[in-house]
Amino acid sequence: MDRRDFLKTVGAVGVGIAAADASASTAVHAPPDAFGVLVDTTACIGCRKCEWACNQVNELPVQPLEEFENKDVFAAMRRPDAGNFTVVNQWAREGREGNVWAKVQCLHCNDPACASACLVSALEKQPNGAVKYDPWRCMGCRYCMVACPFQIPAYQYADALSPEVRKCTFCVERISGGERPGCVEICPVECLIYGKREELLTLAHERIGAYPGRYVDHVYGEHEVGGTSWLYIAGQPFTSLGFPELGEQSPARITENIQHGIFRRFIAPVALYATLAQVMWLGSRKDEVAAAAKGEDHHE
Amino acid sequence: MSSHVHAAPIRMRFFTRGTWVLVALMAVGLVFAAVRFTKGIGAVTNLDNQWPWGIWIAIDIACGVALAAGGFTTAALAHVFHREKFEPIVRPALITAMLGYTVVVIGLLADLGRYYNVWHPMVPSMWSGHSVLFEVGICVMFYLTVLYIEFLPMVTERFRGRVALPGALRPLNGFVEGLLRLFDRTLGRIMSVFIIAGVVLSCMHQSSLGALMVIAPYKMHPLWWTQVLPLLFLLSAFCVGPCMVIFESMLASRAFGRRPEMEVLGPLSKILPVLLFFFISTKAMDLAVRGQLYRLADGSWQSGVFLVEMGVGFVLPFLMFFSSRVRRSPRLLFTAATLVIFGVVMNRIDVFLVAFRPVYATKHYFPHVGELAITTGLIAFLIFAYRFVVLNFPVMHVEAPASPPGKEAPHA
Repeated sequence: MDRRDFLKTVGAVGVGIAAADASASTAVHAPPDAFGVLVDTTACIGCRKCEWACNQVNELPVQPLEEFENKDVFAAMRRPDAGNFTVVNQWAREGREGNVWAKVQCLHCNDPACASACLVSALEKQPNGAVKYDPWRCMGCRYCMVACPFQIPAYQYADALSPEVRKCTFCVERISGGERPGCVEICPVECLIYGKREELLTLAHERIGAYPGRYVDHVYGEHEVGGTSWLYIAGQPFTSLGFPELGEQSPARITENIQHGIFRRFIAPVALYATLAQVMWLGSRKDEVAAAAKGEDHHE
Repeated sequence: MSSHVHAAPIRMRFFTRGTWVLVALMAVGLVFAAVRFTKGIGAVTNLDNQWPWGIWIAIDIACGVALAAGGFTTAALAHVFHREKFEPIVRPALITAMLGYTVVVIGLLADLGRYYNVWHPMVPSMWSGHSVLFEVGICVMFYLTVLYIEFLPMVTERFRGRVALPGALRPLNGFVEGLLRLFDRTLGRIMSVFIIAGVVLSCMHQSSLGALMVIAPYKMHPLWWTQVLPLLFLLSAFCVGPCMVIFESMLASRAFGRRPEMEVLGPLSKILPVLLFFFISTKAMDLAVRGQLYRLADGSWQSGVFLVEMGVGFVLPFLMFFSSRVRRSPRLLFTAATLVIFGVVMNRIDVFLVAFRPVYATKHYFPHVGELAITTGLIAFLIFAYRFVVLNFPVMHVEAPASPPGKEAPHA
């Protein structure tokens, strides 16, 4: 083939690749009107009614409410799983006798690593704050579970046909209809406060300011991994309540910066393609010239 | 492309004792696969909410893709950079890549909870350009297509003018023959487009495979977690590509009763010190820049694993490949190449499993017998399929070119 044909085909492929550029957005997903829940762990009495309500609302296997009064479960730290989207854990109170409790569920990150990881957009941050899962898109690769810095998404490993990634839904149907999430609704001590995330942040700082002896000066979820819709305040360091220590940048920013850096407008792959094509063509030219000089006949 | 490949199907009996062992391993794998597809992933794996990924990702996918790197590295050397002396190893490497990626996809289907949705990344409404895994998936899909296109010349060479479908399919003979002739006429002209595309796609997904774990900085041991993981994966793929070619070529020589192709493999190994140097120095610089070098001496078991990976798998073969004695000796060359393969396999397992630290770990992950059986079955299938292809298609270089008098195939 001659040079012009060669470059034409090469060029056509390059344009095709560039046109397929689907990765334009670098926006950080922090919806301005997101809802959230403020968890005041100093108010929690460990009644586990939120667990019961969650199972009711999400149609999870549930026992009678009395079963949830059993305090033996506090012996070991529990994690949410495919059949329990929220659990309450008990921790030793620091500096005084007694215990404190902390509810665990998906924190609904502003810039969720799970959604950034998902290759089929089965997990997406909604404008109302919820990180919503769509089982119909999901391939079941479980990369979201690898990505989550809080180890929240659980999987239905025993289901052979249509296993789902399972986690707190933020009762997305209820909050879209103006209702409060199931756990917030039932909480008897107003340990859970539902509202606009921005307003909850103000409230959290007001409480800390008003009762500096009661709280440590840290709103967990304000900055952690880019901020979360669920926020926590506590009377002792969060590491003593089982919370991971995390930086302020969402892991999604790190990978997306690399990804968008390498593939910005597909310049790098197209440039690599063009360079290799040039090297290949120059090489074959040289071969032909050398062959001609030798007086050998060459085909093609 | 170039016209001086004399390849032919290897003439020998397909079923030997070794082949039957492969069949047995495949059968065991199939039994566990049947359990997996009827009782769920949980029935045959030790995966749970802490450990969502196991050896099906670390070995079947990550090592599978890395060890198939011989395909694009030799294609780049022989065709893009015109090192025609490497021509004899291009086809075996291509077949390994083609079958390797096929097995990667089959393995992936076992690991995907909703395997029937595997086509979803192709649906525009589900595209997510921000996902590293999306990039890996799309590139692997395109590259697999490219590999099968690159395989087509071997099909046309084998069957052109010899199409004789049996029984009811006989009326199709003319059509298939015409199709093969069409491929034969056109493929040679446009093949360079696919060869370069294969190299570019490989560079893209080999590196993106490394970017996968970058999203879990809080769950990864700092000896392995780094933002340059994509570069490290690409550089180690460059290293392991030629080593796999050496490894396979030596094994194939033994299995098919041929002389080791030292006149090709020796020169090929000359580039390995350079490639290994780039990998080792990048890795060392990364540790130094991140201030993590002190961890090598912290006495933890992870630092021990890291030192074995780097020392035995990369530094030792790096030194070996410098020596011309090693490069001339089939046995030593095989040893050095095997060490690099060991190093890269260990590196992938380390990045995906050893370095992974669940936030609330209550146990260590160790593969279930079912995971091991399915992985072993897949590897057995890969070798089985490789044997089938080289016994039936013109893949292996023929030592004394027995070109048919007068008529020479005009393409590649």
